[in-house]
This record gives sequence, C-alpha cells and structure tokens, in this order.
Amino acid sequence: MRLGFYSEMVRIRTYEEAIRRDYHADKTPAWDIGAGLIPGEMHLAAGQEPVAVGLCANLVQGDALTGPHRPHHLALAKGVDMKAMTAEIFGRTTGLGKGKGGHMHLFDPSQHFSCSGIIAEGYPVAVGQALAFRRRGTDNIAVAVAGEGAVNQGAFHEALNLASLWNLPVIFVIEDNDWAISVHRDSSTPVKDNAERAASYGIPSKRIEGNDVEAIYEASKQAVERARAGGGPSFLEVHTVRLWGHFEGDAQAYRGDELTEAESRDPIPLYATKLENAGILDEATAAAIKQTAVDEVEEAIAFAKASPEPAPSDAYLHVFA
Amino acid sequence: MTATETETRRITTAKAISEAIAQEMRANPDVFVMGEDVGTYGGIFGSTGGLYDEFGSERILDTPISETGFIGAGIGAAVEGLRPVVELMFVDFFGVCMDQIYNHMAKIHYESGGNVKVPMVLMMAVGGGYSDAAQHSQCLWATFAHMPGLKVVVPSNPYDAKGLMASAIQDDNPVLFMFHKGVMGLPWMAKNPRSIGDVPEERYTVPIGKANVAHEGSDVTVVSVSMSVQHCLDVAEALEGTTSVEVLDLRTIVPLDREAILKSVGKTGRLVIVDEDYKSFGLSGEVVATITDTDPRLLKAPVQRVAYPDVPVPYSRVLEYEALPTRDKIQKAIETVMKG
Repeated sequence: MRLGFYSEMVRIRTYEEAIRRDYHADKTPAWDIGAGLIPGEMHLAAGQEPVAVGLCANLVQGDALTGPHRPHHLALAKGVDMKAMTAEIFGRTTGLGKGKGGHMHLFDPSQHFSCSGIIAEGYPVAVGQALAFRRRGTDNIAVAVAGEGAVNQGAFHEALNLASLWNLPVIFVIEDNDWAISVHRDSSTPVKDNAERAASYGIPSKRIEGNDVEAIYEASKQAVERARAGGGPSFLEVHTVRLWGHFEGDAQAYRGDELTEAESRDPIPLYATKLENAGILDEATAAAIKQTAVDEVEEAIAFAKASPEPAPSDAYLHVFA
Repeated sequence: MTATETETRRITTAKAISEAIAQEMRANPDVFVMGEDVGTYGGIFGSTGGLYDEFGSERILDTPISETGFIGAGIGAAVEGLRPVVELMFVDFFGVCMDQIYNHMAKIHYESGGNVKVPMVLMMAVGGGYSDAAQHSQCLWATFAHMPGLKVVVPSNPYDAKGLMASAIQDDNPVLFMFHKGVMGLPWMAKNPRSIGDVPEERYTVPIGKANVAHEGSDVTVVSVSMSVQHCLDVAEALEGTTSVEVLDLRTIVPLDREAILKSVGKTGRLVIVDEDYKSFGLSGEVVATITDTDPRLLKAPVQRVAYPDVPVPYSRVLEYEALPTRDKIQKAIETVMKG
C-alpha cells in the first residue's frame, strides 16, 4: 500500500509537471494567458498530492468527490480518465466536457467527480449528493474538498450546518496550503485550527499538521467508515504545501523566504526517503515508477494534442438537455 | 363525486401547484421537496400545502435559513439523479444564493458537454401589490431569463400552474417556477377571481415554451405574463364591443414563444406589453426586439410598454400603485396604440 501511495503521488506530480511544461511552451514571445495549446488560468497542485492520494484510497466506486479550482490531483486520485481530462484541458472534443468546461470545470459522472471554480461552493453540492445516496439506500458517501481560503465563505458554514443537522454521509476536507492566492491564512482566519470551527457544528473534526499521506489515509479512513456506517459527517483539515504559484505565471513575490521553506516540505522526496529507510523503495524501483508515470502522462498529452478541436457551432449545443 | 363534478372542480393556484407536486411525487420516488417552511406550514404561499401530511419529513424537508446550502444540496441531489423541488421563499432572496443558481445549477450541463443533467425545480414567490416593499415584492424574471441555462416559467392561473409544474418536475433541465403571490388565491390577500379556476384532478402537463392566446382579438395584441395577464383579461373583456383585444399569455419566458408573438402581432399590427418586472433591459424590450429583428413593418403604430418603472418597489400603497401595471394603465396604453 505504501508503494502504491508513492506511485500515485509520483503519477500526479508527473502530470502537473507535464501540464506546466506544455502550458508555458507556446506562450512566447510575449507571455499571453490566452495563447497557446492550453489557454486560460492554470492552477496546479504540486505539493498537495498526499491529500488526494490518502483520501481517495478510502473511496470506492460510486462515492462522489467535488473539488475546487485546483482539481487535477483529486481527479486523478479519484480515477478520472487521464486522457479525457487532458483533452478537456486542451479544449478538445474528446475531453470530459467536449472542450466546454476547461481545467476548473471537470465533470466525470462515471466517477461522480466534479469541481467548481467558485470558492467553497462545492460544499453544498456534496451535501446534496450525500442526501441522494441516503435516499437511494446506498452506502456511498460524498466528499467535498476546498482550500483553506474557503473557510470564511458562507457556503462552507451553511454546508457544515446542514450536513450535521441531517446526519449525512459527507466528508469535508480543507487543504490548508497557507495561501489564498497572496493572502496568508494568518491574515484571513483568526483561529489556528479550522477543526474548531467544524466541531462547533457538532461534527467530528481533526487537523493534520504533517503533509503525510499515511496520516491523511488513516484519518480519512475513520471518517469514511463513520459516514458509511451512518455516523454522519466528518471534517479534516490538512496542513499541506503549495509548491508553485496560485496560477501559472504567478511570480510569488509575496512569499519571500517562505517559498524556500515550503520547497523543503515537498512531500514526494520526503516520502521516498521514508520508504527507502524502511527498505520498501530503492533507486531502481523509484526510476521504474517514474518511467511508468511519464509514459502514461505523455500518452495522455499526445492523445489530447491529436484530438480534434470543437466545431465553432458546437458553442450552441448543450445549453439545455 | 361524479366525473362531471370532477371536471368542473374549481381550486386556487396554490392548491393546483401542490397537487401537481403530490401527483409527481406519487409517480416518481425520486421527487422530493426542500425549502423554508415547506413542511408543516405548507409553504408560506401555500405551494406545498398538504404534502407533509402525505409524504412526511423524509420527502418534505424543512430547511434552515441557508439558501446557498439547500439550493446547492438540491443541485447535488439532482446531479445524482433525484428530482428535487426546492423553494426559495421570495425571489428577492436570490442575492444570498445566486452563485449556486447561475454558476452551478444553470451551467453544469453546458460545462460538462451535456454529460451531467440537473433535473431540478426552483420555485419561488414573486410580485407585489400588498405593500411588502422593496425587498419582498419584485418579479425579477428577466434577471434569470438573461442568463443561459435556466428555463423560466411564470404561470397566470391555476390550470396552467398545475400543468407547468408537472412539466417542470419531469424536465431534465433546471426550471425556475415563479409564482406571483397575487395569482395563488390566498385567503389572506385580495385576489382576482381568475386565481381560482377549473382544474382537472388527473395528472396532465402544459408544455414549457408555449404561449397561450388567453383572449382572442384582432385589433391589438397585448403580451403579458403572470399576475398582469389577469388584469389584461379584465381590460379585454371590458373593451369587448369597442376594441378587439388579443391577450397573449407567454406562460414561460425561457424558452420564449417568439412565433406566437409574431403570429399575433402579424394579425393585429398593434402591440402593448404588460410586465410587472422592471422596464429597462427586460422582457418588454425583448418582445419588441422579437418583432423588429424579424420585420418592423408588422407594426402599424409605436409599441406601448406598461412595465414597472425603474424604481425600487415603494412601500406606501399610493406609491406602489403609481408604479404597478394596473387596469387603467393597460386600457390607456391600448387606446394609445389604437390611435397610432
């Protein structure tokens, strides 16, 4: 299982590195956010892989996950098809949304995965998914993930209150990467631990300080088991790390020395060392894992690039069912 | 009760709406209701009367005052295949939950390239005329109609309300069902007798997107929706023998039945629009554009618009009725276009 965690984190990191490379590849000579094969904003999740991997390892087919504007790690860990997701990011007809959604609006109904570019607004949707699962009599659960910047939105509090009131099978996760774009959490949130806030709604809550995939797995395992058994919602806040900018092109001058400190907390080399020390991982295995990831990611990117662009007239389709 | 008595049964619009919901709930276990005071109270304006007694708290859910929370929950339930009927008590409260409505409910189907459906009804009370002032009296249907992805239903009478609610629940799209408090036939509010009418007991639908010629005529077309249709019919009947007025009840704004507008104006050559929503940038302008985009020569006279002036809804009865579309104003507008 630990090698599986490592492989999945490497897979996600390899994906984000490749998207980053191709995102910037053709924005020259003058950097233009709307230019290139991948246009628009791009929010990558390097550093946050342990949250997605530790959490999703506890989910089963039929469970729902809704993510925020920074969704790739969650989508991949949830089992969203990498090719269809990449094609969507490249705006192609073979994409998850046929090129209509883009990287902040990924919908894969087969995996019950969705995300939204509006901070905290996925939380109430997860409450409704949990309501549907209970009404249908399944033991599936819904998970909502957002960044720590979401905890001061009304939607966050309304969703927690409703889920607790109705004792719904939903897990609320906050990825605390310290930064809401350029505003540090100390400048936005007067409590150090958002589990305190969730607890005030009667929800079992926990903050995990280390960006440790195993700790995240164990904590979410308890939460998932509670939800499946009819024990209602749980809340987890994970102190993770945003290794790159809020969006690609973010110079991050506001981070100063903190950025160097953050880079020292890169979870993948730290976990590799841990596994090497435990005798689970060696250099050759690590290289093979990386190569497998590279092959899969490059195949997905090649698929996306080879896929057709939408016909202009497709803009008028799908407003209504 | 004989079949004949059943057919001629007269009920309020509120009763017609709750009956439609009950029938759809009996037919489909995926249908459920959520909102503030929809349970034992039966909806502040009666839209869910009697449902709690029949279906209980598992399917008729009273919510906290958390419009973002429960409208978002409706969306989540809908994308997982249920058919929620969610009530926003007054349209005026959209300000606290608009993100869920226009960024999520309206857009998910499009963003997903048609892969995710949101079969959900969001019903809400609209309209004024009873001194509830600026934050509880607006219509605002054009605000929602302006944004792609939402069907907008605005019934004027009990028969249409029941059939349109059934259609809305069966529709695979998000539908805003906007009922005017004045058409509900509430025992505690002055009402037009047209708010109580013949409604079949059996299940039936009225198609979304089809206007209705509520009163046939040949001299002038009066296009309207919701409560104002009742005023237009009063005026049309009063003018019988003098002016032949055709009243076109749009019934839904999205989709807009442009063909029906063109057909009627093509016949009469004269157009009055009566709209309780704000005048500028709204429904009345859209109806005019429907004509002018096609053939301005259809019009024999300049158009008259009886719409809500661009002011917030005032409290004082004198002030509010200065702003509201009234029978006098409608009649005057008809006389003006007939002279043109």
